[in-house]
Amino acid sequence: MALTSTSKYAYIECDPNLCVGCQLCEYMCSFTKTGEYNSFRSRIRTVRVDEVLISAIACRTCENAPCVIVCPRDALTQDPDLGIIRVDSTKCDGCAWCVEACDFGAISINPATTLAEICDLCETHPEGPQCVKWCPKEALTMTTADQRAQRNRKKLIAEALDIPTKASDPK
Amino acid sequence: MYGYSGKILHIDLKTKKNWVETKPEEWYKLWIGGVSMASRLLWENIVPGCDPLDDGNPICIANGIFTGTPVPVGGKFGLASKSPLTGFVGDSLSGSWFSIALKRAGWDGVVLHNSCDKWTHLFIDDDRVQFNDATYLLRKGTFETEEAIRDKLGDDQIRSCTIGICGENLVRYANVTNDGRQLGRTGHGMVWGKKKLKALSVRGTKGVKVFDPAALNQLSFDISKSAQGKDTEKYRIYGTATGMLSQNKAGVLPTRNFTEGVFENVEEVSGEYLDKHHKVKVVACAQCPIACEQMSIVKTGPFAGAMTGIEYESLFANSSNLGVSDIRAAIKLITISDHDGMDSISMGVTIGFAMECFEKGVLTEKDFACPSHPEGFTLNFGDGDSAVKLAEMIRDREGIGDLFAEGVRIASKRLDEERGSESWRWAMHIKGLEPAGYDSRSLKTFAVGLAVGTRGGCHNRSAAYDPDIKGETNRLTVDDTRGRVAAESEEYAAVYDSLPLCKFIRRSFTGKADRAGAWPAIAKLINATTGWNYDYDDVDLIGIRAHTIKKAFNIREGWTEKDDELPWRWKNEAMHYGPGAGVFVTDEELEYMKKLYYEAKGWTPDGMIPKELLIKLGMPDVAEQIGV
Repeated sequence: MALTSTSKYAYIECDPNLCVGCQLCEYMCSFTKTGEYNSFRSRIRTVRVDEVLISAIACRTCENAPCVIVCPRDALTQDPDLGIIRVDSTKCDGCAWCVEACDFGAISINPATTLAEICDLCETHPEGPQCVKWCPKEALTMTTADQRAQRNRKKLIAEALDIPTKASDPK
Repeated sequence: MYGYSGKILHIDLKTKKNWVETKPEEWYKLWIGGVSMASRLLWENIVPGCDPLDDGNPICIANGIFTGTPVPVGGKFGLASKSPLTGFVGDSLSGSWFSIALKRAGWDGVVLHNSCDKWTHLFIDDDRVQFNDATYLLRKGTFETEEAIRDKLGDDQIRSCTIGICGENLVRYANVTNDGRQLGRTGHGMVWGKKKLKALSVRGTKGVKVFDPAALNQLSFDISKSAQGKDTEKYRIYGTATGMLSQNKAGVLPTRNFTEGVFENVEEVSGEYLDKHHKVKVVACAQCPIACEQMSIVKTGPFAGAMTGIEYESLFANSSNLGVSDIRAAIKLITISDHDGMDSISMGVTIGFAMECFEKGVLTEKDFACPSHPEGFTLNFGDGDSAVKLAEMIRDREGIGDLFAEGVRIASKRLDEERGSESWRWAMHIKGLEPAGYDSRSLKTFAVGLAVGTRGGCHNRSAAYDPDIKGETNRLTVDDTRGRVAAESEEYAAVYDSLPLCKFIRRSFTGKADRAGAWPAIAKLINATTGWNYDYDDVDLIGIRAHTIKKAFNIREGWTEKDDELPWRWKNEAMHYGPGAGVFVTDEELEYMKKLYYEAKGWTPDGMIPKELLIKLGMPDVAEQIGV
């Protein structure tokens, strides 16, 4: 069961049943954004709750995003088409209210620039989200709520039909 | 310098002082990382001839060349000390978030000298070193200790190497654990326990830079994709536990303390059975796109709730080797070894030894009496419940568990001295290290590979089972090629152990597990990371050098040709069933293969290393000390 958000927009979702905790998403995210491999600067984070509860989380592009509402300097705005949260570097002072407001723990402050950093779905990258490209287990996908609903419906039907099909037998 | 910081952190546990040693790029070109660099640091920092439990035995940690980059399966590090089990080099590897944190903290290696005066949690926080009291961590298991540290320091990104209860209790084959992975085999946990070092944590916040990131990313991406193919299928779907059925078929699955190589109930303890009834999830080491760790849980019976990662070596030692066909008992045993921090192979083989002692009348029910089990208990082959009791007694050094906490070699010697028994006939160890899951009397190339092994009988350091099982050699006989095959297979393995890369990637370069496919690809990865100009021969030399420094270390610690020996059973008793029935390795065969092996290495007939060879390999200081 994936965590839910209120988003009508697409965001990076991780299937915890497929995530093995390798952290390649963190390497490639930080590399894409900073030119260095550094989990501390990744905008997607793998989470290892215990030996088997492992998943990854990035910005959920919430509607009425709490981070935008709470920002005392109005430094955060939400793109009306993509839902990604943009940070105005001239206004953000790294106060971290957005970090606290985010239910998904998807925002961090870069200690070097003291700016909030949030997943932007690699909007300027020609290949799209690099974490999705690199995930070796295809645990990461960029989907909208509608797409996830469609996928769940398909899965349900495939499971109800107790015959091997391409959809129910990935091996 | 790219790929390295050029800095080794030294910490004196006694004076609490630390200092930084800078190493030139030329040094890294020789020693690369992992097992190789850790063994070199051990060579440089140990007080030669010291007891493994003395202050003069340092803890040497060396990062990998690819650690912290996207290179698949490159997130590993090496750990070396003198082994309390063997008295020779103790070198281990682990796939780990710990090593990545260490890389980001800016350290290529760490050397810990002397001992703490009280239980300590050592914390490397980027450039700072902090000594913390570890009282609150005592009697905690390995995973629990890591979590308690993260809770206490308030940061999920802190990664730790820890010892469990077994390390605290100085079990001779205790492990050091990190992120659920083990630095196993040679008793590092006992060394840490003796130094009163409960845990070493790292927080690293700096980024890792490489020479040519575009090239490295592309190479890594391609290997990572290829590692989802059929070359890694067995690791991904069933994990290494699928080896239970194949080794049984080959007649080399150790059964009832290595009396046979075929187990009649193997189906019930197979990887396939595990997958169907006990698997919870597959997890990966850091930086690994393969993911082989089959997390498995016991759902019913007295051991319900026991859960850990199950792989072949742990499984053979705690199922077929004990005659145990209830896989739930095996999972429980492996959970004890992983969570409380001891080597699952050594523990299983030691319990198998104890079972044979019981069945042969050397031990009786009363010998197992202790406060937890006042009446004692029987310990027959096949009795998983009693095996679990003994494992807990070993962990706590309770009753006769105190004897078996010393490992097979010492336990056998003491029993024979006290009781006049002849348990040396079934004491399964090589240089004091309990062997892994291949009965080698019908794998004759592997047999010599194990006999000459620098850290004792180890399947990770000698890969010579491969040609034997695949039929590239006649496994039942010996011929004049075996010395060369054994030498080449250990040097091949040493390349992977020194980068380090996990060997499970070895077929993902070209589909074949050989030098021709892998070395050029590995050279490209090295060059993109460092900006060096490595080629096939340079990669090949990494393994030769790594193996040579370990052997040189052993020579300096008093190794002689007599130490390259096999267990008595493999040289005198044949098995009755399976393809390996009726054969064993004779004295003459072993001596013949040893000579061939020394010759193939370019050593003297009694296994010493010529000065000129050491100088040629770039180690004149080693030549000076032990060259002949």
